[in-house]
Amino acid sequence: MSVYPYIVAAWLLGAGLYGVMSSRNYVHLIICLTVMQASTYVLLLSVGYVSHGKAPIFADIPTNSTVVDPVVQALSLTDVVVEATVVALLLALVVQANKRFGTVDPNAMTRMRG
Amino acid sequence: MTPGRRVVAIVGLALLVGGLVWGVTGLYGFGRYHAAYGRLVARAAVPDRSATNSVVVTAFDYRAFDTLGEEFILFVSVIGVLVLLRRLRGERGRDEATAAAEDRRASESTRWIGLALVGPLVVLTAYIVVHGQLTPGGGFQGGVILMGAIAFVSVGGESMVLLRLRRTSSWVEMVESAGAAGFAMIGFGGLIVTGVFFENFISKGTSGLLTGGMIPLANVAVGLEVGGALLMVIAEMFDQRLRGRQS
Repeated sequence: MSVYPYIVAAWLLGAGLYGVMSSRNYVHLIICLTVMQASTYVLLLSVGYVSHGKAPIFADIPTNSTVVDPVVQALSLTDVVVEATVVALLLALVVQANKRFGTVDPNAMTRMRG
Repeated sequence: MTPGRRVVAIVGLALLVGGLVWGVTGLYGFGRYHAAYGRLVARAAVPDRSATNSVVVTAFDYRAFDTLGEEFILFVSVIGVLVLLRRLRGERGRDEATAAAEDRRASESTRWIGLALVGPLVVLTAYIVVHGQLTPGGGFQGGVILMGAIAFVSVGGESMVLLRLRRTSSWVEMVESAGAAGFAMIGFGGLIVTGVFFENFISKGTSGLLTGGMIPLANVAVGLEVGGALLMVIAEMFDQRLRGRQS
């Protein structure tokens, strides 16, 4: 039981990476990349989980209650923001690639054009 | 992929996932991890910073320097999007009126509800940002909710208004840059007043909205930056619809 969340993280990474490798469409490839990144959220949050811990926000719980690790949660926040910006940047690249080559298939985009 | 390559890929993946699983079995069991640093930060948030949300205290106070780096990643990648999506030579423009008419193809009720939700979402954004140090929320979350408001503008069929706003004035850029600079300035404020970069230099207060010292200020700065950045990216994406293929 105690390793299952980590195995979910490893599975998400593997499934996402397989999608990236076999992708025939750049938009699909970027979605697979976000699946890979989702594995880091699962890993970070499950590393920081403390049994029967509450969310580390003391607005409505006593300050001495057991809480989960706030540092990994702050890290996941960083992770989400970076992922969102990377996806925006990659999608912008796809838009331009589609304009230049008229396709979003990585295999069809083999020849260079000035 | 050819069948041969597929086999190689699957073998490689199996090795990677197998290695990862082997690695994670050496970690602390799920729920049995008691990191001293995390526990310390969670315990210190309330007495030390008068703020109840220890995640935001970590992100904007104890580890504010990391957040500064993250914020600059956001800033730079938005510049990247703007550079990539700029109008290229030989790109024919489409008629703005046609695109606006396309926008309005949704039913009347959808459009009215979409536009009616914009105001409440902007209020929710402000609420989430200013309560960041107390309850779940903060600058990043608020900025993303603001993007939801922008999505509803487009559901309401008025995305051309956003575009015109973006083209005719530079206030979105100014808001974004002010947010990014403001967050760095808070760090320098700490450097000047206390001699330590990102050290708190504002009264921590006792209860209510004005607690946590610099954290509410940092939340507002980050909220402005994230909101401005996402608004620019969305406006650029809308702008793409006005362009045909490169000839």
